[in-house]
Amino acid sequence: MNARQARIVWGKEVRELMRDRRTLISTLVLPVLLIPLLAVGFGFLTARQAGKVRQEAQQTGLKVMVLGAERAPGLVAFLAQSPVLRLAPATPDYAARIASKEVRAAIDIPAGLEAGDAGGGLALPPEAAGLPVVRILHYMGEFRSQMAVRELQRLLREYRDRVVTARLAGMGLTSRDLLAPFAVAEENVAASRKVSGNLLGGIIPYMIVILCFVGAMNPAMDLTAGEKERGTLETLLTSPVDRSSLVVGKFLATLAAALASATLSLASFGATFSILPLALSASGPDARASLLFSISPGGLLAVLAMMGPLAVMFSAVLLAVSLLARSYKEAQSYGGPMMFLVIGLALVGMLPGMELTWRYVFVPVTNVSLISKEILTGRFPWGAIAVVFGSSCLYAGAALAAAAAAFRRESVLFR
Amino acid sequence: MIEASGLSKVFRDRRRGRVQAVEAVSFTCRPGEVYGLLGANGAGKTTTLRMLATLLRPSAGTARVAGHDVQSEAGAVRARIGFLSAATALYGRLTAREQVAYFGRLHGMQDARLRDRVNELFAWLELGPEAEARCDQLSTGQRQKVSLARTLVHDPPVMIFDEPTMGLDVLAARAIMRFIQNCRARGKTVLFSSHVMSEVERLCDRVGIIHRGRLLAEGTVGGLQSAYREASLEDAFVRVVEAGA
Repeated sequence: MNARQARIVWGKEVRELMRDRRTLISTLVLPVLLIPLLAVGFGFLTARQAGKVRQEAQQTGLKVMVLGAERAPGLVAFLAQSPVLRLAPATPDYAARIASKEVRAAIDIPAGLEAGDAGGGLALPPEAAGLPVVRILHYMGEFRSQMAVRELQRLLREYRDRVVTARLAGMGLTSRDLLAPFAVAEENVAASRKVSGNLLGGIIPYMIVILCFVGAMNPAMDLTAGEKERGTLETLLTSPVDRSSLVVGKFLATLAAALASATLSLASFGATFSILPLALSASGPDARASLLFSISPGGLLAVLAMMGPLAVMFSAVLLAVSLLARSYKEAQSYGGPMMFLVIGLALVGMLPGMELTWRYVFVPVTNVSLISKEILTGRFPWGAIAVVFGSSCLYAGAALAAAAAAFRRESVLFR
Repeated sequence: MIEASGLSKVFRDRRRGRVQAVEAVSFTCRPGEVYGLLGANGAGKTTTLRMLATLLRPSAGTARVAGHDVQSEAGAVRARIGFLSAATALYGRLTAREQVAYFGRLHGMQDARLRDRVNELFAWLELGPEAEARCDQLSTGQRQKVSLARTLVHDPPVMIFDEPTMGLDVLAARAIMRFIQNCRARGKTVLFSSHVMSEVERLCDRVGIIHRGRLLAEGTVGGLQSAYREASLEDAFVRVVEAGA
């Protein structure tokens, strides 16, 4: 390999990539904007939409159908006091009306709920018949329907407590010590970094891995399949640059893009979750919220170091695979499934309760995702870190060798 | 000087199996001479030229270009040739000057010498303000001039042209023809492939007729016409091809 030639190729490739809008967007703009947009924008929009729906529900009410209202007039009267619910008389097509969102939910009151209770008082249900079951019929996943369900559950709990209190009072007992003999309080004793690591430790590596891959994808395709399609590869191959220098120059340009994406997305993550808590604490009295999102710069740098060999592997694999394609479009069709594979492997690190064990330590992408999670919670298992880093370097080396071999095959270069 | 001896190329194709693209082609092209490879589409012209330009490895036979073996001294061969074909495009996102300078650097030229050489070539090719424009913003004719500058930047002794006028208008094609004549006048070894009879008649000192990968006849334009008792090169070409089919 000729280092001077590799440097010349690298310089020219970087210059060209910097003038390519597609590369600029996928490598530089996307990593910077995606995370704050997702974190702030999506959170803001979700909160705004939820607030809007809640306000709308309070103004117009969520229509709930009552089936068997005559069986418990006391309960129906209690439900009618809700500021959110608007009760509607029963019709036989209640399921269709819920499905068409005309009615948000229905409550089916069984017989015997208020048996013998003529004056609004409460009586014991018949023992032999077992407990009566109040059914709530709803549209799973539909936001307004779920709001109606939550409101019905709240009212039913309250109503049940009143029934129990009344029955106990009838036996001469007070409910306070029987229903709630002790109180429960939760307190976090983990350091804020560990808390944020657990909350964000899964999602940070997942996002960075994907953005790093996306950052390398476009340059790799442009420098191989794109060159073939435009006819510039043949021009380049007639120059005295040797194949190894050519691969190294193109690989380094792709790697620079992958690392730029990883660095920018990590910086964007750090900045977003440093500014976001300030905004949260400024907008509300809960200052603890700010503690929950603190991420150490050292942790982020360590994650970036772990991304290094992964970026090498992505760049080399993408170069080798893209070179097999005749055109940029064909290369994109190879890149799609690879992207899903990377997402799948990175997703494992986000699974609840998933931790780095020897079973996963050699699985590419997953191992980096899991070790990054550990690092972000403030733990540095050096043995595992060394193995993950070493195996990633090994895979990266193999991928680079495959890319170099592909550049020597006539059948690949002149497809 | 180009000396091809028994050059052959076999491709393995999944659909078609073993494909003999070039079979035992031998010829010599001397300095100050334009040698034309004349053949129909798919005759094996491009494969032959790609082997001589070290883009493809011969399956059999040998070739020496400017005194260097195309297989064992591929780098030295590439340093001594200028290769231009319809398939050798330009980098659209680089300016004309950056483009030519890039190839000059790859040829090991130092910055000061390279700057002078690029200015000299652009002046000769009459590329003025276009030199600073991105290549994807240039006209076809201007792009062709930049391609010529690219092939000449390192002043190679051997020039290989593979159907260089394909897809060009009359004026741009004429400019290429003048360029090739100029190369001959400067004493360069010029190998030129085409399927356009008029171009070959006008340019070539000697012609090799290639068909189905084999070199069937070789000689001057007049020599081929007399040997096959035909009044035009086109008729002689058809006679050669029919006899060889």
